[in-house]
Amino acid sequence: MVCKSWKEKLDIYLDGELPDDEMRTFDAHVRTCPSCSADALSRVQMKRAIHISGTRYMPGPEFRRRMQLQIASKPKRSMALEWMFAAVAALVVVAGVLTMGYVENRSTRKHTFSEIADLHVATLASSSPVDVVSTDRHTVKPWFQGKIPFAFNLPELQNTEFTLLGGRVTYLDQTPGAHLIYDVGKHHISVFVFQERSLPARLDKDRVSPKQLTFNMETWSEGGLRYFVIGDTSAANIDSLAKLFKAAS
Amino acid sequence: MPLFDQLYNFAQWMTGDREEAEDLVQETYAKALKGFPSFRLGTNFRAWMYRILRNTFLTSRTGLKATMTVPLNPDEDGSALPVQPDTPETLLFERSNNEILQSAIDELPIHFREVLLLCEVEEMSYQEISETLSVPIGTVMSRLSRARRTLRERLRPRVSTEAAASAMAKETNHGL
Repeated sequence: MVCKSWKEKLDIYLDGELPDDEMRTFDAHVRTCPSCSADALSRVQMKRAIHISGTRYMPGPEFRRRMQLQIASKPKRSMALEWMFAAVAALVVVAGVLTMGYVENRSTRKHTFSEIADLHVATLASSSPVDVVSTDRHTVKPWFQGKIPFAFNLPELQNTEFTLLGGRVTYLDQTPGAHLIYDVGKHHISVFVFQERSLPARLDKDRVSPKQLTFNMETWSEGGLRYFVIGDTSAANIDSLAKLFKAAS
Repeated sequence: MPLFDQLYNFAQWMTGDREEAEDLVQETYAKALKGFPSFRLGTNFRAWMYRILRNTFLTSRTGLKATMTVPLNPDEDGSALPVQPDTPETLLFERSNNEILQSAIDELPIHFREVLLLCEVEEMSYQEISETLSVPIGTVMSRLSRARRTLRERLRPRVSTEAAASAMAKETNHGL
């Protein structure tokens, strides 16, 4: 397929709506095509901007109170009908809360993963992706002191295929964290570290390559910190680096 | 109250008026409570609630007026425009100018605005949007594509003008 054909499906790909096999083919193409990759980045930025701008209106406290009263009040009916109405209303609320809780958390989780992917892409596209440039973990780790509200360990990389390039402070939903960049072969991998309690979504303890991401990713929680390892390299490389971090924690 | 904030946000984007949005949400919940026996548990509750809100809006005076706009041509999909470097997306991202984007979304025809908001703000799948709007998935994809294209076209001159004005202001400041 020439790039024109790819680009016609780019929005569907970024919406995560392509069938699995097409998604994989598309993944492989975007990673190797600078034009489609740049186009994808622009569109992701637009999606993100629309999401932020579109969450614009909030109901006022007075209206919220009125609605709560309206739902709580009930017209005069026979006792049997009153019980039925109460049961139906309760069922609506329970079904709604469960669904909303599931949908909201799933939506928030998906949003968190998308944000991580955006941070990875945007930093790599930047002219200065790291603020502390060093391959030495003994230089990078102390650089974060005083800049983020926690400390974490970096793994020893001798005799591994990974190279540390450096790090920077980053933010996820206004929560400060650490962003480290590693090289493996010709691929860059980002490692993000945040305080678990500050994150908006309930994330699984271990989750590998959530659907609808264009990268491989692994995330886990250890000692009150949430780690994300993400990159366009193989899942095996992501897992290897994740294991090094887990061993160092 | 399930989905209250999200429904309110969507309602105000549709009506463009706070009072009308409140009325719309109020009526939506009243209809949902009344019509709950018709809701099949296990089906998509969110799509059902949004469908009630949307249908209520479309039969209101504002909704009827809003839908009498540029007629949709469902067969016209159009090809995707390539995104140029230094595009509205890049400039918007760099400048995070909410107002420009919100104004551009506001001016979209109602059918484009609603599908864009359901996809990008509510993060619904195409299937959910299809159930909410009661249209085939193909129509959802077509409208999304055209909504995005229209938004880009409307943003381009505004963001370029702002960028040029900002550059001139910077030059003037440096000269002082």
